[in-house]
Amino acid sequence: MKWRRLSAVMVKEVRQLRRDRITLAMILGIPVMQLILFGYAINLNLRGLAAGIADQANTSASRAVVMDMVASGVIEPQLAASTPQQLTDALRRGEISVGIVVPPDFEARRFEGREAVQVLVDGSDTVVQGAALQLARMPLEPTPSTGRMAREDAISVVSFYNPQRRSSINIVPGLIGVILTMTMVLFTGVAIVRERERGNMELLIATPVSRAELMVGKVAPYVLIGLLQTSVVLGLGTWLFGVPLAGSLADVYAAAMLLIVANLSLGLLISTRAQSQFQAMQMTFFVFLPSILLSGFMFPFRGMPLWAQMVGEVLPLTHFLRIVRGIMLKGAGFTDLQADVYAMAAFTLAAMAIAVARFRQTLD
Amino acid sequence: MSAIRARGLTRRFGDLLAVDGVDLDVPRAHVYGFLGPNGSGKSTTIRMLCGLLTPSAGEIEVLGLSIPAQAEALRLRIGYMTQRFSLFEDLTVRQNLEFLAAVLGVPKAESRRRIDELLVQYNFTDRQKQLAGTMSGGQKQRLALAGAVIHMPELLFLDEPTSAVDPESRRDFWEKLFDLADAGTTLLVSTHYMDEAERCHRIAILDTGRLVADGTPVELTAALVGRCLIVHAAAPRRAQHVLTGVPGVLSVAQVGNALRVLCDDGSVAIDRLRAALRAAGMEAAVEPGTPNLEDVFVASTGRPGAPAAGRAA
Repeated sequence: MKWRRLSAVMVKEVRQLRRDRITLAMILGIPVMQLILFGYAINLNLRGLAAGIADQANTSASRAVVMDMVASGVIEPQLAASTPQQLTDALRRGEISVGIVVPPDFEARRFEGREAVQVLVDGSDTVVQGAALQLARMPLEPTPSTGRMAREDAISVVSFYNPQRRSSINIVPGLIGVILTMTMVLFTGVAIVRERERGNMELLIATPVSRAELMVGKVAPYVLIGLLQTSVVLGLGTWLFGVPLAGSLADVYAAAMLLIVANLSLGLLISTRAQSQFQAMQMTFFVFLPSILLSGFMFPFRGMPLWAQMVGEVLPLTHFLRIVRGIMLKGAGFTDLQADVYAMAAFTLAAMAIAVARFRQTLD
Repeated sequence: MSAIRARGLTRRFGDLLAVDGVDLDVPRAHVYGFLGPNGSGKSTTIRMLCGLLTPSAGEIEVLGLSIPAQAEALRLRIGYMTQRFSLFEDLTVRQNLEFLAAVLGVPKAESRRRIDELLVQYNFTDRQKQLAGTMSGGQKQRLALAGAVIHMPELLFLDEPTSAVDPESRRDFWEKLFDLADAGTTLLVSTHYMDEAERCHRIAILDTGRLVADGTPVELTAALVGRCLIVHAAAPRRAQHVLTGVPGVLSVAQVGNALRVLCDDGSVAIDRLRAALRAAGMEAAVEPGTPNLEDVFVASTGRPGAPAAGRAA
């Protein structure tokens, strides 16, 4: 590999990139947009569901039960009803998502250990249903001394690293990975195909530029872009959402670097297969969708069926999420996360080796 | 020693035999023309000669190097101008040349001077900041040529360099090619324009992958003396009809009011045509014509419809 040729390819790439406004817009636009969307608009933990309450017992104990439910933050009372019928009507009209009925014989039922409180749920939204089911699991065992039920914390899920159960804290570190996966794979996937599509490849392979020089030279500028995107998400995440950084910032960047290189190799691999920029984009989606869905970004990794976990283990994003959440939320260091670091390195080497082997220096 | 020597050069794409047993000898400091219709195997041959395609069979020696084995070493010594504009449209004229100078091994200390020199030579001094993609077809080809010679290659391959260029720019372009040949560069140019082929020192005619003629334009046309005849008839269309059926007639083309007839055998052709016209009851004068490259093309491919200057593309 000769530095002169390598740098010529890099300089060319940067010069072309500077004229490519849409790509430039994507570099900064995608992180900002996704951060705001995931941070503000998409809330995976439901809070403040509109609720109607029909407390027909209206004793101090029943009021305490209702207050405990409201205090959980999952529901927000919108409607005080006197009969269950009013609640079902409001549910049907969509005015409320949850209805809580405390029957007149609440005290007696509780004493006998029968169903004491009924939670009506708008089951058409499964997420709401899930949240409401959690409500219904609140314990109603009477504590003999006070006659009041056990405190809410007896049932609620104890969350160590995100006590307020705010999505954004979990999502911002993950978002670094999602954005890098999306943009890095796409940019490099398209980069080499573009040369082929525009006819530049025939010129390039007739010159002494080697395939390693061409590949490294083309992707090197994107490493910097990836680090820039990481900084944007980290900066905005801290500023807008107060995302904590328990571990070291250098470790976060090192992890980002690992993911960038893994994705660039994958992008190169795609570019050796794709015939057109459009195909490269389609292939990117085949990587991007499983990455988002199976890496543990959207859904808890351990909750997935085994085969999905196995697919997830292959994806670099899965390992990055473990590393970056470990560093940012739990204050872990690289030594704690060795297995994931090795997994990403192995992925990179494999993708790179296949890409270089597949990239032909002739037109055959 | 010749610049290019190829024996039995063959290339298959699946079932298609794109190049079929071509033997070539290209002398140094010559402008060597590759003439043939689209799909005749010109580009495939050129790509094999510069090591971009692996031949299915045959031997190639270019500048003393065995190809494709030594293609790496060859890349610094040749220039290759692709059929389609292959420089970067989103870089400026100067940036394109800077890139090529670096990858083609022009020493860093010299590259600035060399680029300035080329900008002057190829009339780009006031366009060096223009994006390559915004230039006309002729300008693009001129830039591609400047890029292909930036490292002063000994051998230059040009694959239909003027197919998207207006006639004036074409003439201009060819002047540049002769300048290069004058300076000792060997040029292999493919074209489907007869007038361009006529200007080459030597030409080879390719037809469906086979080499059907090879020589200087003068040699090739001289071989056809006596076989090319001009017929002046009162009703040229009807005379054309009559003559097309005559045995030994390869083609009959109307040129103005006259007919240009190419026969497969010079010795008896003139009498045979006269007899045929008389038999059809037509008044016509038949006289010998001067063979040109189009006749060579028809004679060697056995097919009319050879592409000609101004008609092709």
